[in-house]
Amino acid sequence: MAHFELDATGLLCPMPVIRTQDLVEDLSCGDTLEVLCTDPGALNDVSAWCRINGHKLIDAKQDEDRVIIKIQVMR
Amino acid sequence: MSRQIKAVSLISGGLDSLLATRVVMDQGVHVEGINFFTGFCVEGHTHAIRKKDRAKPKRNNALWVAEQLGIKLHIIDVIEDYKDVLINPKHGYGANMNPCHDCKTFMVSKALEWIERNEFDFIITGEVVGQRPMSQRKDTMPVIARESGAGERLLRPLCAQHLPETLPEQMGWVMREQLHDFHGRSRKPQMALAQQYGFEDYAQPAGGCCFLTDENYSKKLVDLWDARGNREYEMDDIMLLKVGRHIRPSRNFKLIVAREEGEVNFMQGYRNRFISIKTTSHSGPLVLVDGQPNEQDLQLAARITARYSKGKLADEVELEVCRPDQGSMQVKVKPMPAAEMPEAWYV
Ligand code: SF4
Repeated sequence: MAHFELDATGLLCPMPVIRTQDLVEDLSCGDTLEVLCTDPGALNDVSAWCRINGHKLIDAKQDEDRVIIKIQVMR
Repeated sequence: MSRQIKAVSLISGGLDSLLATRVVMDQGVHVEGINFFTGFCVEGHTHAIRKKDRAKPKRNNALWVAEQLGIKLHIIDVIEDYKDVLINPKHGYGANMNPCHDCKTFMVSKALEWIERNEFDFIITGEVVGQRPMSQRKDTMPVIARESGAGERLLRPLCAQHLPETLPEQMGWVMREQLHDFHGRSRKPQMALAQQYGFEDYAQPAGGCCFLTDENYSKKLVDLWDARGNREYEMDDIMLLKVGRHIRPSRNFKLIVAREEGEVNFMQGYRNRFISIKTTSHSGPLVLVDGQPNEQDLQLAARITARYSKGKLADEVELEVCRPDQGSMQVKVKPMPAAEMPEAWYV
């Protein structure tokens, strides 16, 4: 199990979702991923993507101008 | 045990693809969704940019549809490949710069590549015969099936009964009788079916699934191409066409004037790639200058910028002009009176 980070700042939806999806494809079950975004829409979109694809959403939060989403990859 | 039949469904985020997918799922087929991001999709971006839209909960409709259906969704970035579709559409454009016929063919062909790679059996779309003048006519539908290479592997469950039998029907993977015979522009049958399934709150985009059906957006795109003398574009170009007021005083440059705070915030991110102008003596919008302006052009751009500031009636307004990597300079200009701005400058 390894931990990864994805910097999706400056990208507008759905690009953060696409980047997350493409990275998760190469990860293994149990790996964790933290996605950092600036588009507020990513909070909903990355979370929804995570739910529908059966990955575990560990945390999703938004502060001043950033969205941070933590995912655990499930297969 | 018989093999599980699998289909991929093109999910745009609208009602038709939602229903078409559900109709096939109800027949025991395993369905996954696929959504193509061309760069022009109405999804997301603009809502994220414009502050006034933020009051509405923003969602990606394709993801929402997939969640309603309980299916996986694969979002595919086709920005690069789509350029050729938009620049050279074999079947031309619709009312605006929307190359719908070629676009549909392109997406189905991409879905075909996907099903071949992932060992799925067929493709579903939510198209309805006669619904759209360009891509959803009875005579164009077989052309899309043929030109995409999908042929009989392309099933349109909402209007299948008006079309020749497809492979999934011939093979008994789906029952033709349980598919539909919708046609024409009426949305009533879709709404009735949505009600039957209990789908509410689905997206109903007015124009279509992308900015290319929008008249103003299309004008700005054509203006960009004309000014450059070629039809190339980058992601930054098409994103910036979605924001601000565009003013072109001359072929070699144009101004993009932010209209509200959300656009200012968004455009800030482009200041390291574009010349930007901002009033300093009065409050005013952020302006980006696209193209190759000379010093005189920049003076003019400054006067136009001043015209959109709180100092528009002042004798003199001070502004800061920033060039990427070259620092900034202060200028003082007389704001341009509205009457001196030719109508033709507004893109
Ligand atoms: S509206 Fe846009 S995305 Fe939809 S088919 Fe036409 S060109 Fe393609």
